[in-house]
Amino acid sequence: MNVIETSGLGKRYGNSWALHECTLAVPAGQVAALIGPNGAGKSTLLNLAVGLSRPSKGSVTVLGGRAAGSPAALDGIGYVAQDTPVYKNLSVADMIYVTRNLNRRFDQPYAEARLDELGIPQKRRAGKLSGGQQAQLALTLALARRPQLLVLDEPVAMLDPVARHDFMATVMTAMTADGVSVLLSSHVLTELERVASYLILLSRGRVQLAGKVDDLLASHRVLTGPAAEADRYAGQPVLHASRADADAQLLVQATAEGQVPPDWTARGASLEELALAYLRDPGAVALPGAGRDQNARTSEVTK
Amino acid sequence: MTALTVPARPPDDDSSLRPVPWRRMAGVTWRQHRFALVGAATLLGALGLYLWIAGLQLHNAYAAAIACHPAGSPACMGLASTFNGTDAFLSGGVILQVVPVLIGAFIGAPVLSRELETGTFRYAWTQGFGRWRWTLAKLVPLAVLLVTATAAFGVLLSWYYQPYYATGNQAVGLNELCPYNPGVFDLRPVAFPAWTLIAFAIGALAGMLIRRVVPAIGATLVVYAGLAFATGLYLREHYLTPLLTTKLNLPGDAWIFSQWWTKSGTTVSQSTMAQVINPLFERLMPAVPPDQVHLHKLPTILSVQQYLTQHGYTYWTSYQPGSRLWPSQWVEGGWLLVLSMLLIAATVWLVRRRAI
Repeated sequence: MNVIETSGLGKRYGNSWALHECTLAVPAGQVAALIGPNGAGKSTLLNLAVGLSRPSKGSVTVLGGRAAGSPAALDGIGYVAQDTPVYKNLSVADMIYVTRNLNRRFDQPYAEARLDELGIPQKRRAGKLSGGQQAQLALTLALARRPQLLVLDEPVAMLDPVARHDFMATVMTAMTADGVSVLLSSHVLTELERVASYLILLSRGRVQLAGKVDDLLASHRVLTGPAAEADRYAGQPVLHASRADADAQLLVQATAEGQVPPDWTARGASLEELALAYLRDPGAVALPGAGRDQNARTSEVTK
Repeated sequence: MTALTVPARPPDDDSSLRPVPWRRMAGVTWRQHRFALVGAATLLGALGLYLWIAGLQLHNAYAAAIACHPAGSPACMGLASTFNGTDAFLSGGVILQVVPVLIGAFIGAPVLSRELETGTFRYAWTQGFGRWRWTLAKLVPLAVLLVTATAAFGVLLSWYYQPYYATGNQAVGLNELCPYNPGVFDLRPVAFPAWTLIAFAIGALAGMLIRRVVPAIGATLVVYAGLAFATGLYLREHYLTPLLTTKLNLPGDAWIFSQWWTKSGTTVSQSTMAQVINPLFERLMPAVPPDQVHLHKLPTILSVQQYLTQHGYTYWTSYQPGSRLWPSQWVEGGWLLVLSMLLIAATVWLVRRRAI
């Protein structure tokens, strides 16, 4: 089952496409990270997935073919919007009450135990909670609905490092213990390195990179060698090159079995290196099923 | 499994997915709007208590004034002025007309605009209840609640104003109100809740369109005021075809639209009538010395009119009799109800198709 599947999905605001020709299929059981610079279309894609927004073109389904925004789709998705909106004048207990009554399923013991553990008093008004606590409240309410898919829009952007860590720990617990699939957008790359098992990179409204993290890492290598020879790789799938004095570093699309030229050393790329390389080069594309060599464009970036 | 893990989901039953029951929104709506509802209840309660106490005084003053004989004696004049002076600021009714719009606007406008302004619609509209059902399940019970409360308040208002509606008050020097008077027509258990409902519906739609609380309330007040004035000034007189009569001296509860004279089947113009009537006054004046005039019966408009009708003239009046007050109320209540339902339906439709 794919937790989200899009086909030629596009969303236009006025004359500009916030999202264009987006075709994706994220399988269940993943923590899928949606990354990209501001304005790349991350929130647009998530809004389409939860039915807050409607496609201008193409289609989007969730949880194995349910139309996004349909009752069946809403029933299975826990969504935490950007800035984690809660009713500021309602108490935490009221927020639990409201969420329980707006959904078919709600795990009250889970919600209460989780809030106790976080030290969030139920009598307190949601508006009086700290930013981290509000985010935890919103997340707890979403998880207590026992969703199959958890959609998080920039969940940690506003949080301090400790709150950020706690928040992601909750997400990971839900993921590993209960098999909740997660789709989250973020521009905090370091956070994703530990949690993401699937990566979608959006740039200027288009999907630039999509695939399982393991597959992506296995198909990219960092080569280090003499700067003078770096040009030899022009025309090959070089994604990112950086030079320091005599040495050059090239991030290339290649497997571990691939040949390493003499005088060069090869190592695996980190997710952050990979993401940064693609973010710096909006033209480069790596999509599952696409012929990588044809699609990847050569580029060179000099630091 | 620790206490903090999510227990396994029941097997998926998508085909038989039943929506979340409507009744569950009742508690949700109450929790979200209790401050506004308690505020409205406090306003109506305090105002109701005041009107009840003031109304008892008013009714007592009226009973005393009407029982007094002979009318016109200094003692009776004193009782009459006591009645006329009791809460005189309420006697025209106009001030109470702000109650429906205040309640309607302050409860109706925030329903959607607050969600849209603070971003909580992203939470509310992605819950399993579904967004258009959520909207309908909020607006309809709130509307029913407001209508019920203001209908009860309208009963109290009808009772309060009862002494003013008695025909014949004027003859004994007491204030009298025609029930069609635009100041009090709306203060009835049909029109009063209907105007509250339309204010609520305008507020809900304005909130959806404007998406900000304060501007939505402001827009509601403006639109409501325009509608209320247009209704009072132009629309209300067309509810029922006016009656025509040649009777003179219609009772005070009749709403008179126009009056004109005819002679031998043709209308006589106003200027011509003025030339007929003015000399008549002189002629009907008793031929006595000026210092004794007050001892005699002086000609009145009525006596002049009676004289004219005995001499070939007919005085026509188009009017709405007092007995048609309630049919008029139901016409007004009816179209306001239909319009309110249309506005609420439009609001739900907008929520359903709105894409951010």
